This record gives sequence, structure tokens and C-alpha cells, in this order.
Amino acid sequence: MRKCEHSFEQPRSRLSLRREPVYTAAREARDVREMRESKFEVPKTSNFEPRTVPVSPGHTNVRVMMTSVPNKQGRFGAYGGRYVPETLMPALLELEQEYALVKKDRRFQSELAYYLKQYAGRPTSLYFAQRLTKRLGGAKIYLKREDLCHTGAHKINNAIGQGLLARRMKKPRIIAETGAGQHGVATATVAALFGLQCEIYMGTEDMQRQALNVFRMRLLGSTVTGVNAGSRTLKDAISEAMRDWTTNIRTTHYILGSVLGAHPYPMMIRDFQSIIGREARRQILAAEGRLPDCLIACVGGGSNAIGLFHAFIKDKKVKMIGVEAGGLGVASGKHAARFAGGKPGVLQGTMTYLLQGDDGQVNLTHSVSAGLDYAAIGPEHSYLRDQGRASYTSVTDDEALAAFDVLAREEGIMPALESAHAIAHAMKVAPTMKKSQLLVVNLSGRGDKDVQQIAKMRGITL
Amino acid sequence: MTSKLDHTFAQLRQNGEKALIAYVMAGDPSLPITEQLVVELEQAGADIIELGVPFSDPIADGPVIQQAAERALRSGTSLRAILSMITGLRKKTQIPLVLMAYYNNIHAFGPERFCHEAAQAGVDGLILPDMPPDEAGPLRGPAAAAGLPLIFLLAPTSTPERRTFVAQQSQGFVYYVSLTGITGAKLANLDDVAKNVEKIRKVTKVPVAVGFGVATPEDAAKVAAIADGVIVGSAIVKQIASHQQKPDMVKHVAGFVRSLKTAMRSAQLKAR
Repeated sequence: MRKCEHSFEQPRSRLSLRREPVYTAAREARDVREMRESKFEVPKTSNFEPRTVPVSPGHTNVRVMMTSVPNKQGRFGAYGGRYVPETLMPALLELEQEYALVKKDRRFQSELAYYLKQYAGRPTSLYFAQRLTKRLGGAKIYLKREDLCHTGAHKINNAIGQGLLARRMKKPRIIAETGAGQHGVATATVAALFGLQCEIYMGTEDMQRQALNVFRMRLLGSTVTGVNAGSRTLKDAISEAMRDWTTNIRTTHYILGSVLGAHPYPMMIRDFQSIIGREARRQILAAEGRLPDCLIACVGGGSNAIGLFHAFIKDKKVKMIGVEAGGLGVASGKHAARFAGGKPGVLQGTMTYLLQGDDGQVNLTHSVSAGLDYAAIGPEHSYLRDQGRASYTSVTDDEALAAFDVLAREEGIMPALESAHAIAHAMKVAPTMKKSQLLVVNLSGRGDKDVQQIAKMRGITL
Repeated sequence: MTSKLDHTFAQLRQNGEKALIAYVMAGDPSLPITEQLVVELEQAGADIIELGVPFSDPIADGPVIQQAAERALRSGTSLRAILSMITGLRKKTQIPLVLMAYYNNIHAFGPERFCHEAAQAGVDGLILPDMPPDEAGPLRGPAAAAGLPLIFLLAPTSTPERRTFVAQQSQGFVYYVSLTGITGAKLANLDDVAKNVEKIRKVTKVPVAVGFGVATPEDAAKVAAIADGVIVGSAIVKQIASHQQKPDMVKHVAGFVRSLKTAMRSAQLKAR
């Protein structure tokens, strides 16, 4: 009996896992091989000291060296760091150590790869949006279909990673904040999967906007606690989760949902999400034999964006654009466009661009999408922007809603309102590009959760 | 360099007393009333006043102080206005004043300018709950130049390495957080507090004050037996909040602070 159980559990998972490693030298070599088979030629640049990977005589893939960030103090240039109460410091240091261990731990990594593949459904496809491309008449548009992940968004990538970490650290309880509810659902799902107790903090304003996700979390066995402070949105949910963590730190792991907060969170969450870009890079090479010209992703905290960008950061020719929530327009003051209206400051553990008044009080934000409705941006985005490696723009609520309709009708895909911001910007950019150019848009989540809200905005009772 | 805080703690030690550090949120309900409160609380026996600077997102604070911050922000309180209130206050009292602020307010003000102007106004120390010494680099130079002690916090979760590191960085006093949690929670096991205070004393000569969860005169007396200073925050802020509409609010709060100090004194007398 015992033997039987053993033979069922161990070798099976191991076998299937070996095939899905993290981005290793072998994987890199495979990418290069794929490049070699292709006819594509990337021109040389002389501005940077490039690390060149020879593809074939006369064909060169230009990869730019960028300093690896963050540094030991969790700094992305001037941004990041660990601005937290002392009570949390030892836990953050422990988490950093533990994460450094699992990063190199084959067993952990293969377990992670196993769940990403067999449970979350990775790899997600890179889909050529033919009708959308035709309609816009410019660059070829590919959609990275994170909406096809289990639970409907990229959030599960990080939740599984941190869930495994919590289990390894023997924390019986996990907590999380959520804005749109997608990270809350992903965390509640992982809690059920790994048998952990789970409490989710959510602003009461967001609970109204995302009632369906609130109920989903409860169905999964989690407690959803409404937060009635401040703007009653994501920011206040994070503060409350941090207070809970401060109080219950010995038993609890805080699964932060975006590349925010104190070190090591922005780095760790980036790493867990960077599978998006690693897959997309391989997939576009397979489909087109070349790297894309441009990447577009929406940016709230910025985890789906950094997840897509990360594998391309050294590919200098690949342009990267983050799309923030323009709300009712940047001029109206009712938005969440941190780079348009913010300046560096410290919020919830990290130094980054922040929407704030002259005296350092954090501004209230507005966006039709709860997941982008946040006053600060992940510190690595501030760094990429300062470095000029990525650029950032915003689209309004109305533009995002229009993009939702276009994608639904042209491609039969309802994007999450967050992801609709990326689509909206792609609709502006694609027509300005050549037909031979390639555009990859991260479709970070699906729009089912937003259907009720959209109906309500159109005065329709369901 | 001896600061006013050093002087106050030394004086109290000579008299066989412990410091009562009373916290009020600046601008709750308004800055003129805060000014009145500081003067009255000194009369009532507070040895040091900790002035909260209201911040929109106070991650280390429980509901009582969060709401006080909201009231203070509604009354239009800014860091600049607090400093000018302190300038005025210095004509009436020389009680040591320490500011408890979240770093973003100082960052927005400009660390250098802030340290200079705070010291000029008559601030005697800084407590920044979201800035561990690990991140204090940019503030250290300006604070030292202005003669402003940086008071750091230790917690029950702090490891021995951090205890040494933080205690040795802390100037004026070490703020020991009595419990694993946020302000206004229930006071933790005092035996553990006593043990941890002893451990801190082994690695630093600066006084150790204990805060978080000290709510009653009995609590204050017990903590006074353990530490060099007793910090009372949420309990005082609660009194301010519940008597806000009444004309005798300041007197009432002063009465509460007097009861804290009386309990601390008689416990110290008994101990001798």
C-alpha cells in the first residue's frame, strides 16, 4: 500500500517536470537555435556595448548588457528599497534568504513548473489576432493569452510561486490584497490547492465593482475582508494587509500581488511573472523567426508588464510600452497615470513614482479598472523609464471601454478592463507601424469579471 | 553631543523617575488645540511629547491613530504648519518634542531642508516608523548636521543581529515596540517585554522606551518598572477623539495623562 502511494506520487511529477525548467542556459541555446534556423537579421547598434550571440555568419542578435537589478538592498537605481516597520524587517530578510535558496533549488523549480503547466495551463498561447490586425492596417498584432490561465489572469503565476514558498516556510496562513479581484481569486485558489488558511483584503469600493470576484473568493473558501479606509480601493487594501502581516507575522505569509512593496517582493514577483516573456520570446521566434518590434502591456503595479518585458530587456531593438490608466483624462486629475502626474516618493514599502500632493500626502486615483487604480507604480518600472528602456503612456476609461468592444467583436475575446488599456494603446500604435512589423500585446486577463460593471455603466440590468 | 532628550532622561534617572512620553496627533482636531494640549500635558506630568505627523497611508498604525490622522488632514494640517506651530510653542515650553512621521512627508519636504527647519523650530528628535536604519542613509547626514537625534524602533521579531544593529544606530532613546502588531493593540506579555528590554540594554547605553499597547495607568506603572520610558499613544488619542466636542477636552486629556504619571511615580516609589 505504502509502496504504491510512493510510486504514484514521486516519479510521475518529477518526470513531467524536468521538461519545463526555468530559463536556463539550455533554453537560451534553444532560442538561439531557433534564431539560427530563421532568416531574420537584426541590425547592429553601436551605442551600447552589446553581448552578441552569433546566430549565423552575418546574422547577429543584439542583446544589450544592462546592470542586473535590484542590488542587494533591493534597489532598482534610485527606486525600491525596504521602507517598512521594524517588525516586518526580519520577515523580509527571511523571505529574501528563502527566495534566494528556492531560486537555485531544482526541486522547488520543478514543482513550480509542474503546477504552472498542469494546473495553471501554461504555456499560454501567443495568438495572431488576424482580424484586429487587418482592421488596424498596420503591424501584425500578437496577443499573449494570459487570459487563458486558470483563474483568468496572469496573477496565478505569482500566486503559485508564493504559495509554494509559503508552504516551504511552513506558514499555515496566507493573506493578500486585491484590486480587481484577480489576484485575490488567484490567491484563494492557491490557498485551496495547498490547504492554507486565507484572508483577502479588498477596498469596499472595489468589492462593489467586482462583486463576482468577491463571491468567487468566498466559494474557494477564503475570507474576504472589506477595507473602508481612504479611497476604499487597492492602496487601502495593501495597507490593511501590511497591518495584518505585521500582527500575524509568525504564522502568515503575505502574497503581495504585484511588483510593489518592499524588497524582495518586486524582484520575486517579477521573476515569477517573467515566464510570460520567456514564453512569448520563444513563441514569436517560432512563429515569425524574429523578435517583435514592440511590446505593449497595461501597468497598475506592473506585474504583467514586467513579466512580459523582462525576457526582452536585453534585446535593445524591442520597444517596450507600459500603459497606465488615464481615467477621465490626465488633465482632469482623476486618473492613475503616475508618470504623467507623479514624482518619486515612498508608499507601502518602496520608493517609486507616486501620485502625491506637494506635502507628500498620497492622492486619490481613478480608473474604470480596479486593477490599475493605484497611486504608485512598481519600482522597476520607474527604473526602466529613467533608463529610457521602456516608455509609458496612458489611455482613458473611454478608450479602454471602446477597445473592449473592438476586441470582443473582432476577435471574440473579452479582455479584462485592465488589459483593454493595452489593447487601446495598441490600436493607436499599430496603424503607425509597417505591415512587416510585429507587435506583442499582453492580454493579461479575461473580461468576464467586468461584464456586470459594463452592463451597469450602460444602464442594463442583468 | 548631548541632546535635550539625553538631558531629560539623565535628569529623570537622578530623581528616580521614568519618562512618560505622551503621543498626540498634530492637528487633531486642530493645530491651536494641539498647542494647548502640549502645554497642558507637560503640566500634567508628561516628560516628552511625541507629535504625530498625519499621513494618508499610515501602515504602522491601528484604527485609532488612522482616524486621528484623517481628522488632522481634514483640518488642513501639513508638516510645514506643524513646524510653525512648534516655533510658536517654543515661547511657552521647552519640553522635548519628537516628531513621529512617515518618511514620504519628509521626502516631499526635502530631507535636508526638513532637518534644518525642524531643528530651528525646536524639534528634538525624529521617529520614522517606516524607515529602518537600513534605509536612513539620506537622512543621517542632514539630521546630524542639524543635531536631530534619529530614534529607531525594535520589535519582538527583531533578531539578535538586528537588535545590535538598530540599537547602536538609535540616538536619544530606543523605541521598543512591545508587541507584534500595530499601534493600539492589546499590551503583550510583560515578561517577554522585560527580557527584550534587558537584551537591548546589553548592546546600547541609550535609554529604552516601550510603546504600543500601553493603555491604562496600571499598564504604565508596569512598563515603568521595566523600561526607561513609557510611550502612550492610542489611549490618549482615544480620549481626544471621544471628548472632541466638549469644551473641557484638553483638561480631560490632561487628567488622564496625570493619572498615568501618578501611577508610574508611585510604582517607582514602592520599588525603592
